[in-house]
Amino acid sequence: MGSKDMDLIDEDGKRLDGREYDELRPISIEAGVLKRADGSAFINWGKNKIMAAVYGPREMHPRHAQDPSKAVVQARYNMAAFSVPDRKRPGPDRRSVEIGKILSEALDEIIFVEQYPRSTIDVFIEVLEASAGTRCAGLTVASVALSDAGIPMSDMIASCAAGKIDGQVVLDLGKNEDNYGQADVPIGLVPRTDELTLLQMDGDLTEEEYEQAMELAMDACHDIYKKQKDALRERYSTDLEEQEFEEIPQEGIEEG
Amino acid sequence: MKEIISNITKDYLNRLIKEGKRIDGRDMLEYRDLEIEPGTIGPAEGSAEIRLGDTHVIVGIKMELGEPYPDTPDKGVLTTSAELIPMASPHYESGPPGKDATELARVVDRGIREGEVVDTKDLCVEEGEKAWVIFIDIHVLDFDGNLMDASGIGAMAALLDATVPASEEEELGDDYELPIEHVVIPTTFTKIKDQILLDSRLEEEKVADARLTVSTNEEGNIVAMQKGLSGVFSYEDTQECIKRSKEIGEELRQKVLDVSEKDKV
Amino acid sequence: MSDEKDEREIILPGEAVDEDMKPGRGTFKRDGQVYASKLGVKTFRSGYVNIAAQSGRYDPSEGDKVIGTITDLNPSVWMVDLNAPFPAVLHVNDVPWRVEYGDTRSYIDLGDAVLIKISNVDEQKKIQVKMDEEGLRKLNSGQIIEIPPSQVPRVIGRNGSMISMLKKYTGCRIFVGQNGRIWIDGNLEGQYLAVKAIQMIEKKAQVMGLTDIIESFLKEETGKEFDDEEKDEDTPPEEDE
Repeated sequence: MGSKDMDLIDEDGKRLDGREYDELRPISIEAGVLKRADGSAFINWGKNKIMAAVYGPREMHPRHAQDPSKAVVQARYNMAAFSVPDRKRPGPDRRSVEIGKILSEALDEIIFVEQYPRSTIDVFIEVLEASAGTRCAGLTVASVALSDAGIPMSDMIASCAAGKIDGQVVLDLGKNEDNYGQADVPIGLVPRTDELTLLQMDGDLTEEEYEQAMELAMDACHDIYKKQKDALRERYSTDLEEQEFEEIPQEGIEEG
Repeated sequence: MKEIISNITKDYLNRLIKEGKRIDGRDMLEYRDLEIEPGTIGPAEGSAEIRLGDTHVIVGIKMELGEPYPDTPDKGVLTTSAELIPMASPHYESGPPGKDATELARVVDRGIREGEVVDTKDLCVEEGEKAWVIFIDIHVLDFDGNLMDASGIGAMAALLDATVPASEEEELGDDYELPIEHVVIPTTFTKIKDQILLDSRLEEEKVADARLTVSTNEEGNIVAMQKGLSGVFSYEDTQECIKRSKEIGEELRQKVLDVSEKDKV
Repeated sequence: MSDEKDEREIILPGEAVDEDMKPGRGTFKRDGQVYASKLGVKTFRSGYVNIAAQSGRYDPSEGDKVIGTITDLNPSVWMVDLNAPFPAVLHVNDVPWRVEYGDTRSYIDLGDAVLIKISNVDEQKKIQVKMDEEGLRKLNSGQIIEIPPSQVPRVIGRNGSMISMLKKYTGCRIFVGQNGRIWIDGNLEGQYLAVKAIQMIEKKAQVMGLTDIIESFLKEETGKEFDDEEKDEDTPPEEDE
């Protein structure tokens, strides 16, 4: 977190872009946007534009990386060269490798990976335009792409961040707030159970501020969850009268 | 990993094309619907999103100050890269650009460079010391054939959309539109059996024997060509391609200029 | 065919399926509650609630008839691509001929298309297929197109109504594999029309009265009229050799 050398909240309590402390930036999600991928989705979140594509389950290469007990979830986070003000050199850097790793782990939690031994589920997250909060937007849109790809999951993950600017806890830091604020806490939430699959923090927060931040972020995740579902319903809501569903009764997965 | 196509489907496509038909009902030398949307990427100095059928490409332009090349001390620098990211096709892999991505970037680059699209003299800040470096980055999101044209036309539209961010530097004055001198349009043909097809879809590229890209400018002159794949073209074939490239190039050029809200250069 | 009325509403992963039924395909049970694990629609069969997936890759299941392409071979097996997570194995003992060791290629070559049946999917998701049953065979002419496997029921239609209509108007032999690969054979015009109609079904999958739309399209294109209401099952094609 940068040092404070800029006013981020005005006298009326409004933030630089006119938002209230507990207000998300505008979010729109579209599911099923690519032809080749098994599943895909696009998210516009503030000035973030991120595309996610899912391929799989498919055979894992190289073979020695296969897990005979489950599918390996591989999220790849990549920023396009033109996605940021200073051109980013193409290819992975330490930051994108780390984000790819934690997003893979976050998604692994909700996917029934044991149904697909030896395979991989590839999740490609391409940041086309970046403006603070790309990992949260990326995780949110990746969950939609996974549903679109028909991957069996126990839920989706909704993700957003809360943080501190000008000494006040606020939701969903924008670019300047991220650069000049005092703390940022990105989370990924399983909305059905309120469990956290992603949690990072940097900056400086009191215990009370952490609690306020989590409350804001968790509430917002439930709103984002609605948008994820709306996007999928919009894509698939159909009159299904023409279909014949042939079904073989089969035991589902019993879990405690 | 190669694209899988069955022998009978290959035979069917060949038979169809022999009869002068294409899988999507187009004429042999007809283009697919082309959508060009300039300026979709905020942080880029110029950008364009291209949808050619189901092929989806984004081209972004970034500019930085750097050093001119020693042999052209009074000119700006142009550099083109392409990434065939694994999002776009199950057969693309992560990692540094491979042969296909490199060829793609170089063919696009050649059209722009040899076609003298950008007035690079206007990009020199201090002779031999400081000049604008223009990065053209091609990002392929969805691959359904003919990346050459989608990328080349995307690069052209992105350049027309670009602004030189001079005001971000000290004492360089105001931002100004990137000076564009020519509009170069690449058009790509494939040869399947004895037929020549324009703007092939993925299924057609899978059975193509040879590929030819012809880039032309607004005067109807050829500025770059590239023959690819292991098959051959006759001299007469190339004449036919050039003739059609000039015609369709004119239409596509007008389209690029229209969406860019620019008059003819 | 359904023994209870199915609901026509999209259910998303993690959503409760509040039925007092046993968890079937595409569902899971936690703390006594049944949830959907896949995007799909609810179906009820013999006491089970299932989610019929509306997207995703082909998930092979024993007994499915599918269309595959040979991607590799060795002296005793062929490897078959089914668009499933893994290639399937076709062993020389499971074809209708007596194949000498090392002679695989002279029977089925790389790139050849085959109509086969899934004989086994083991716990490791390894797939075995066979071709030594009536109707199963190597496909020697025609073409193969692909649709999302979840749309297979649409192309077949209720009681096979859509597929039999397609066959009737186009004069083609058509077989829809459960893996989303469709084999079409007939004269060029017929094949061409069949492909166009299937693409329409794929695109307009979300429109009311799809069968009527496709029928009027086919009538217009062919100038043919059929008044009979006969419907046939989607049976495998007969041998053509």
